[in-house]
Formats: sequence, C-alpha cells, structure tokens
Amino acid sequence: MIELKAKTACEGLLPKRVGDMRIEEAEAGQITSIALLEGQAAAVDEALMVTHKLSFPKPNRSTGRAGERLIWSGRGQAFLMGAALAADLSGLAAMTDQSDAWAVVRLEGEQGADVLARLVPVDLRPQNFKRGHTVRTLLGHMTVSITRVGDSSFQIMAFRSMAKTLVHELITAMESLGARG
Amino acid sequence: MRIAGKGQINRDKPVTFQFDGAPVSGFEGDTVASALLANDIKLVARSFKYHRPRGIMGVGSEEANALVTLGRGSRQEPNLRATMIPARQGVEIFSQNRWPTLGMDLLSVNDLAAPFLGAGFYYKTFMWPRAFWERLYEPMIRRAAGLGALSGRNCEERYEKAYAFCDVLVIGAGPAGLMAALTAGRSGADVILADEDLRMGGRLNGEDEEVGGMPGADWAAEAVAELAAMPNVRLMTRTTVTGAYDQGTYGALERIVDGPARSDKPRECFWRIVAKGAVLCAGAIERPIAFRNNDRPGIMGAAAVRTYLHRYGVAPGKAITLFTNNDNGHRTARDLIRAGAHVAAVLDTRHDGPEGEGYRVIPGAEVCNAGGRRALESITYRTVSGEEKIRTDCLAVSGGWNPTLHLTCHMNGRPEWSRQIESFVPVPGAIPGLRTAGACQGTFSTHGALTEGAAAARDVLAELGLDASEVATPEAEDAPYALKAHWAVAGSGRAWLDFQNDVTVKDVKQAAKENFQSVEHMKRYTTQGMAPDQGKNSNIGALAILADVTGRGIPETGTTTYRPPFVPVTIAAMGAGAQGKGFAPERFTTGYAASIAAKAPMIEAGLWYRPSYFPTAGEVKWRESCDREVTMVRNAVGICDVSTLGKIDVQGPDAAAFLDFVYTNTMSTLKPGRVRYGLMLREDGTVMDDGTCARMGENHYVITTTTAAAGTVMRHLEYVHQCLRPELDLAMISTTEQWAQFAVAGPKARALLDEVLDAPLEESDFPFMACGSVPIGGIEARLFRISFSGEHAYEIAVPARYGASLFDALLTQAEALGGGAYGLEALNVLRIEKGFITHAEIHGRVTAFDIGMERMVSQKKDCIGKTMSERPGLWGEEREQLVGLMPVGPVKQLTAGAHLFAPEAEPVRENEQGYTTSVGYSPTLESFLGLAFLRNGRARHGEEVMMVDHLRGVTARCKVCDPVFFDADGGRLRD
Amino acid sequence: MRLTCPVCGARDRREFYYMGDAVALQRPSPEASDEVWDDYLHNRDNPAGETRDLWQHEAGCGAWLVVRRNTITHEIYDVTLARDAKQALQEEAEA
Repeated sequence: MIELKAKTACEGLLPKRVGDMRIEEAEAGQITSIALLEGQAAAVDEALMVTHKLSFPKPNRSTGRAGERLIWSGRGQAFLMGAALAADLSGLAAMTDQSDAWAVVRLEGEQGADVLARLVPVDLRPQNFKRGHTVRTLLGHMTVSITRVGDSSFQIMAFRSMAKTLVHELITAMESLGARG
Repeated sequence: MRIAGKGQINRDKPVTFQFDGAPVSGFEGDTVASALLANDIKLVARSFKYHRPRGIMGVGSEEANALVTLGRGSRQEPNLRATMIPARQGVEIFSQNRWPTLGMDLLSVNDLAAPFLGAGFYYKTFMWPRAFWERLYEPMIRRAAGLGALSGRNCEERYEKAYAFCDVLVIGAGPAGLMAALTAGRSGADVILADEDLRMGGRLNGEDEEVGGMPGADWAAEAVAELAAMPNVRLMTRTTVTGAYDQGTYGALERIVDGPARSDKPRECFWRIVAKGAVLCAGAIERPIAFRNNDRPGIMGAAAVRTYLHRYGVAPGKAITLFTNNDNGHRTARDLIRAGAHVAAVLDTRHDGPEGEGYRVIPGAEVCNAGGRRALESITYRTVSGEEKIRTDCLAVSGGWNPTLHLTCHMNGRPEWSRQIESFVPVPGAIPGLRTAGACQGTFSTHGALTEGAAAARDVLAELGLDASEVATPEAEDAPYALKAHWAVAGSGRAWLDFQNDVTVKDVKQAAKENFQSVEHMKRYTTQGMAPDQGKNSNIGALAILADVTGRGIPETGTTTYRPPFVPVTIAAMGAGAQGKGFAPERFTTGYAASIAAKAPMIEAGLWYRPSYFPTAGEVKWRESCDREVTMVRNAVGICDVSTLGKIDVQGPDAAAFLDFVYTNTMSTLKPGRVRYGLMLREDGTVMDDGTCARMGENHYVITTTTAAAGTVMRHLEYVHQCLRPELDLAMISTTEQWAQFAVAGPKARALLDEVLDAPLEESDFPFMACGSVPIGGIEARLFRISFSGEHAYEIAVPARYGASLFDALLTQAEALGGGAYGLEALNVLRIEKGFITHAEIHGRVTAFDIGMERMVSQKKDCIGKTMSERPGLWGEEREQLVGLMPVGPVKQLTAGAHLFAPEAEPVRENEQGYTTSVGYSPTLESFLGLAFLRNGRARHGEEVMMVDHLRGVTARCKVCDPVFFDADGGRLRD
Repeated sequence: MRLTCPVCGARDRREFYYMGDAVALQRPSPEASDEVWDDYLHNRDNPAGETRDLWQHEAGCGAWLVVRRNTITHEIYDVTLARDAKQALQEEAEA
C-alpha cells in the first residue's frame, strides 16, 4: 500500500507575526457542508440539536464553540466544523465533504478588524460584528467566510488554491497598518 | 517674513527642506508654502500655457498656482499643492513646467506669443496638414504646456485602500464641523470627522477671534481633544472627502507620509466610507477679482494672508495692499496692523465700506494693473479721480466667498444662485442623507457656522432615530456679510480667471463671441475649470463674465457640473494592492510544487497556474517535450494534473430532473456508478460549456465543467434553480477545491492503477464511463473512467491534502512503466488528434449543430437553449461546421485564428469560408492538425481549402477531413 | 452603490453580479411563438426611471435577487429573493 502524506493548505506560508498581529493556520478538522432541502429546516435543526447540541445557524451567525461549530455559509447552508457529522440527515439535507476545500487561518490581535478593513467591504468592528458573527463576503478579489471567534480573533476561510494570495493580502495589510503605528 | 511670537508652529523644532536644490528652513507645523513665504520666496511655479511666473495664492487645497513635485525618481510625485505638504526635514521639492530653471524659463516666450494662444488656439492653429498633428504639433504642445511629469519608473511606494463605516460622517473640521461632530459624538453616535488639513479647526486656526471666551484656535483644539477622547469618534486628518456616491458611500483620500525615507507606511490611503448620514461642513473658498496681470507672484487671497499671519506667523510682504469688495479685506488689514506689519492701503470697490482702523482706505477704487515680473512690485489703481500707482510687494484680494458645495453636485444636484451672497448655494437633499452647514451653504459668520453645525447633526441623528444631546453654542463673531459683486476690472491686457489653465477674461469673451455661449461649451473651448483645480477658484468668475457678455443673468447661465474627485486622487491609491500580481488572486493546484521542481514552465489558465510541459535532459525546444509527452501517453502512460476542472456536487430528490433541464441530453436515465458526457447551452441556443456528469447515487451527481467556465456554470445553475425552477428540490455546492484530481492516461493506465491502489481492480471493474470509490493509501478516492486523450484513461481524485503526495506516487509509478507527467501542450495535442473540443471551439457563437452534436439535444424533453437552438439560421448548410484540417501543400504549418478560402479564391473578407480554432503538431500522425469551422464543412470532407493567416503571413493548402483524426472508432479508449 | 440583500443585509455593490432585466424570470413555454421567444431573449426597454433587474449576491449568500431601482435618482426601492418572485409568478399562472 502506498503512503499518502497530508499537507495543509498553508504549509510553508504560516505562521506570521507583524507587531502584535499574528496569523496562523487553524486546525479546522473536518468540515461538512449541510444544505437544507425543501421544507426540512426544522427537522435538520432538531436532528443537530439532538446529536450535536447545536442549532442550525441563522444568516450571518454561527453556533457552537471551538472544536465544534456550525457556521452559516450561504443561502440555506452551513458548515459543521471540527467534528464529524453524527446526525443522520439523509433526505433532509445535502452533505458534502469540504474538509480540504478551504485554507482556514486565524487572525489574532487587537487590530484584527483594522487589518480586515483594508481588505473586506463589511464592517467587522466589535460593536457591529460580535463573537459568533460570520459573513460571506470578499477579501480583495477572493470570496471568503469570516467569523469572529474571539474578542480579538477572526477565522478566515478562502479557497485552498488561493492560500498564498490570502496570506499575502493579510501580511501586506498588517505591515501597512503596523508601520502606521 | 516671519513675525516673532505669532503662529501655531513649533519654533523649537526647525526643519530644512530643499526647494529646487536650495535649502529652505521652516518649523514643525509649517507647510512648504508657509516656509517659502517665510523665506520671502515668491516665485514658485510657472503657469500651464504661458509659463508666467507664479507665486502662492491660497492656503489649502484650493491653491491653483503653487503646484510642485515631491521627491524624485521612483518616489517622484508631481502636481502637489505646496500648501498641502507639511514641511519635513530633508524632503526635496521641485518646481514644475520650466526649463532650464524656474528663474529663467525659456518657454516663457509663450507669454510673448499670447495673442496667438487664446481660447481654442489649438483647434484653429494646428488644423493642417493633418499628418503634422501626431508628429509635430502634439509633441510640441506637450513639451511647451503642462504640469509636473511622472518619473516613468515603477512606483515603489506602498499605497492602501480601506473601508470605513459610521453613523455620521462629518466632512470638514472647521467651526461647523466641530460642532456637528461634538453633537453627534456626545449623543453616542458612531462618528467619523474627516478634514484635509493636518490640524483640525478650519478657519479658526487662521483667525484672530474668540470662540466661547477663548481664542478660536484654542476652542478648536479643546473640541478636537474632547472628540479624540470619545471611543465612538474617529478623527481623520489629512483626509479629503473626494466624492459622494450612491447609498451613503463616500470616497476619501488620506495622505499619510511624504517624508524622504522609504517606509512601510503607505503614502496614501483611499477610503470608501459608508455613512448612514453625513454633514458637509466644507467651508468656502475666497474668490479673486480679475484685473490686468492679477497673476503676479505676491497677489494672494485676503483670508489666506490672515492664515499665514495667525497660523504660521508669516507676513507675506513688507508693504501689503488690500483689494476688496467686502469687509474681509478690512479684517486682514486690521490683523496685519495689529501684528505690526505694514499695510500700504485698502482699496475698497465700495463707497460705503468701513473706515480704516489705523490704515488708509481708498473707497470706490479698483486695481487696474500689477507690475513686476518675477514678483509683485507695484499696482495701479483707478478711482473717479484717475489712476495712481502704489509700490507694494503683496496684494491681498477678496472678491467674496464661494461656498465649497462641490460634493452636493456629485449625484446630479444643481446648486441655486443666491443674490444675497452672489454665489451658488447647495440645494437641500441633493445627496440623500447629507446635510450642509456653515460656509458651504453660504453662512459666513462663526456664530452661524457653530449653530448650523450642531443643528445639522441633530437633524441627521433624528433621521437615524438617535437621540441628540444638546451642545450649547459658544459665543462667537456674528458679523453680517456685506459685499458688492465685482468680478472683473475693465481695461486692456490680460486678466486671469483660471490661473491653473491660463484662462483670461478675454478668452471667455472670445468664446462667447465665437458662439460657445453655453457654459459647458465655454468650459471646453477655453479649458476653464479643468485640470487639478477643477474651477475651484475660477468657475463663478468665469460664468459671471459669460453671463455679462451674453446678456443673461448668472442663474440662467448656470454652472458646469462638479464631478468627483474634489481633489486629484492618484491611480496608485485607487488601485492599491493591484500592482503586479496583486491584480488578481493566484490559484495553485497541489501539483504545483512538483511541477516547478520539474522545471515545468507554468501557464496561466484563468487564475490557475498549470504546467505547459515537463522538459527532460537535452530538450531545448518546447515542441521536443510536447512531442515526447504525446508519444508517451499514446504508447505507455501519462499523468496530468486536472484539478482545475470545475466540480459541482448536485444533490436532492430533483437533482436528476434539474440536470435534464440544464443539459441538452438526459441525465436522469444515467445509472449510479456511470458517467455521461454532457453539453450545456445558453438560452439563446449557443453552446455554453461541456463536461462530464457522474451519478454517484440515486440523488447525488457530480458534474465537471471546463476550467475556464467553472464560475460561470455555477452561477448559471444557481440562476436556473432559483429563478426558473424553484420548485425543484436540490442543493449545489462547488467541490473543485476539495479534490485533487489527476488524469492517468495511456495503454498502461490500468497497470499503473493496479500498482498504486490498495487492491488491484477486477477485470470487470470500471469499464469505460464508469465511476466509483476506490481505496488508495487507506484513503477513499474517487475514480472515473473517462478520457480526454483518446487513450484508456482514468481520472483519480483524492482530498486535496493528499494531492501532492498522490501526484508524486503516480509519477514514480508512471516512470517505472516508461511514462511520466504531461502538461497542457501535450494535453492539447492529444485532444486535437481526437477532435475533442475546448473553449477555443465553443467560443460563444457556436451551436450544437456546428460541432456536430445536434443529436445530443434530446427531443424528449425541454432544456435550456433547446427552443432557440432550433431557430432557422442556427443550423443548416450556411453554418460553419467543425472539421479537421491537414496540410497537403508545400507549407506544412497551421496556425490558429487563420481564415479559410476556396483554393483559387482571393483571400479577402468577402470570400471567407471559415477559420481555424486549434492547431498542433501531432507526433502520432507526423503532421500539423487543425480544428476549424468551415461553411457546410461536414459535406466537404476530402475537399481542399487554403488556410491564410494574414497576421503571421502563413498560407497553407489543406485537406478537409473529419475532426477525429486518430482512432476514429474509439477502440483505444474503450478497451 | 449598496444593495440590501434580504439574506445578508446591506452590502457593497462589488459583492453582486448583475445580469439584466427581471423579465428573465418569465421563461416562455417551448411551444410559444418565435415572437414571444425573441421578446424574452432580446428585446429590452431602457427606461429612465424604474427598472427591475436580476442580480446575484455572488460573493455573499449566493441568492439571486430582484432589485427594483430608479435609473435617474439611483434610489433602490426594494430587493427581494428571485426565488420568491418566481414562485409568486408560478402560483399566479396556476390560479
């Protein structure tokens, strides 16, 4: 049997630090997209509550915590992150494995929202974008999912193939911001 | 000349910068302009067209004359206003538009030629001969007329773009803006206060007046300190709001560094500010009065002179004269006298102006000429008793104030003429959500500005449903504004209206005489109001002259449209982050590192980077590598990274019905574990994309798209589902990024798989067009028996984290079998040999009929594009149909994009019969092969045509044949 | 320019893809005449005033939207889910 070695999306690119700001690759674990089928929202919500103690998130919101999180990811769709899907949702939702589709990074530091203000056309300041809030939006020219996972901590997901550009964009913004003092 | 003890500069911190190579000293808090004036440097620029000597007129972004270049080489930035650059240690400033030097500018001969260079001169003078325009006239004009120059070098500076959000955006931090910000800030609203100056306070910093019982500048400083301490208020200095856009979006340019050293700090940041409400407190610009030679260095604005006095402690002359049509000139004279400066006289156009307070007033006077070339030496004025001359080195002029209402016009708002202030005022509601306060709406007293600023903020807060806290209006000056309009002084000679574009009263009159009477026509004929200045100083004056000579009132004459940006914005700031590769994201497959290690040249395919070919030792030309790789696939086995193909997961009870509707052929009859080729049309009947459709389970499909169309197809499928067939129950998601996918192609493909899979395949497993799961390295992989090469082939997909590792394993095994990696070039030749199409063929004008796939449009069901594909004109003999071409004449080369003609026909457009889309050299058939579209081509196999490439000069006689050149019955890929 | 997506809220224009007139929702039956199909595919009004067009919140939730707006004032009257608009049309057709 041949041996297949796993490589993370940001291998060789991260971690990076600029002043008090840091980016590192997040241990995302398994990512399963759950897309609701017609009229099954309540049933899916119930099944997830029973097995994962998580409700299916409303738009722009996530439920759960580190290790097991449901992040809204689009119209009628959420990503279960960190844990394998334990609920049987067949016939209720469409599930796909997205574990390898994303570069998942963590931006840490007081100035995180200021870094992202250089790149993202959405207000991510703490008064408007609180812990657990999430958005699907653009970072530069890339479609991303951004979630506030802590007071000074963002999780940013971009397409795996764009990991290098994602890191480059973030570092550039961090450097410009850091230099301003 | 510096005045001891005055100004808000830090005299403990001297700075020295270079102006045209000579050191100029100033203090921290100075601008380049104030330091130049403090050193009695009057001549700082040459004018645009006539190369007239020019000095500093103003004090802020309205400055029309003193444009300079900052830095040199790759750091050079032209056309900056000396009034907007802080004086910093060591920076280099250069004057512009002069040769060889500012003092001796040879092109000032233009000034002598002025009679020939008036309005519209280039339309008249440089008409013929036509050929002279590009070769002679244009280069000549470009050298003679102009502003600063770019370095022509790559910009190495950092620039930045950013987004900001707030409840209330306050534009301008003078008395009105500060009160607006205090009102909104104390009410708890989320506030941005933006001001283009380094120091907030607006005119309060340039006046000697009291606000709330303390010096105005101190009151402003206290207000700014209070605002700075509020967590809900963001202060943005050196930030000019440049434009007002839809739904509360504003553009703003922040200048961050202009020091001499290379820095990680961005030089500028272009902000997009989204505000729920806004208050415009942009102030007003003092207007000049036109008279003969009114552009001499030393002629300035009266309020600008006060600012230099109070803020910078600079008296811009030893004997200063005032020329005014309102009380503002008197105010300047009074302040100068108090500061111990010498005022030669105040010339008031009015007879009923105030008495002089320690200075001489000449009522009913107007300046009719100014003497001195490189600096003002004297003026001549006229009263009823005749003309007199005064020796003076600075003339401060006040023609009244023009509200800075530009932003209110950015969404088509037309300002109204106010008789009271003889200028335009903004119309309420011109920008939804934006209110105006203070001087920008024609209220010129400090008291009025403070009151209106607070009121406007309260109104905005009320609109947003926020409670406003009451901010008491401090005591302040409340003098009435009294002026007698005075646009131009009659007389001969040239009197400037637009200093930056060298447009005079005469030019406007000339334009009117030549029937350019509409204000928009006059602007374009004379160039008045163009360039960086955009008419900040000249618009009102010019249209007053135009109104006068055309016998209309000013309101009827109207004004030209103010458009964004309010001040020039560098392309570097707007395009920040987009230099070089920042222009678009780069996408890399998991095989990228191995391809680079194998020295494969990469080619961009959309955003993706894909290997062209994998050179081996001794191969010099790409064709050598390509030919070898093609032969390797035909004879052994090749590995190709095909991860870039779009993959879309479609699931749900109606997935099959949905796919039947988007594909021309039927997918609902496909059995689980099987793959079918699919064709998608646009609704207009044209081919959109092709790919494969694999049924993974009863309600589960995985479809592939071409690399180029992945995004388009995803959007299209969502459109069809949400907008046309919402009753269908299914969900889609892209899985392109989840899977690393590799083609394993060639007669030894199965043998290779048997080596790498955890268990060899059974004889009956995976017949042609089968799909399913297989274990590899303990991982569940997806295996598809599909072929884009015409060989026995598979595509194997693993979760992307294992992609790099699998690619290595496949290559190792392939090499052991006499195979290896192949790139896009070989892939292209392989598919051309088989007549397989790509977007070179399905390029947007091609129908299913054209590519010979009309039978794939099922007659048993409706699908997108079906109805229109049956339109007359989209099928039949007239259509250009897909054919193969092989060279049969002496020229053996084919080129893509060439045209096809009958053998004896003249190769001109009228005789064109088709064109080539893809070509390649086939080592298998030892010939160039081409795919082409030829009129009625399918009926013409065996005929000969001429391929003519006019661009590359290639003409080849070709035989028309079936597009499938190799293994026509498909035995190789099925066995 | 900003559009308020019914799912995500107010967002910058750059997150959206513009398609064209919302008449695209009213796809004719395959049996409809050439004129009807021609109209559906090719003929568009160019009103100075109110328009209804289809946009997709492509970089956001992915929803297709019907945007009612004014081409002169740039006012946006409302943004609704295209899916809802289409279902309303389908119910209307059945009734």
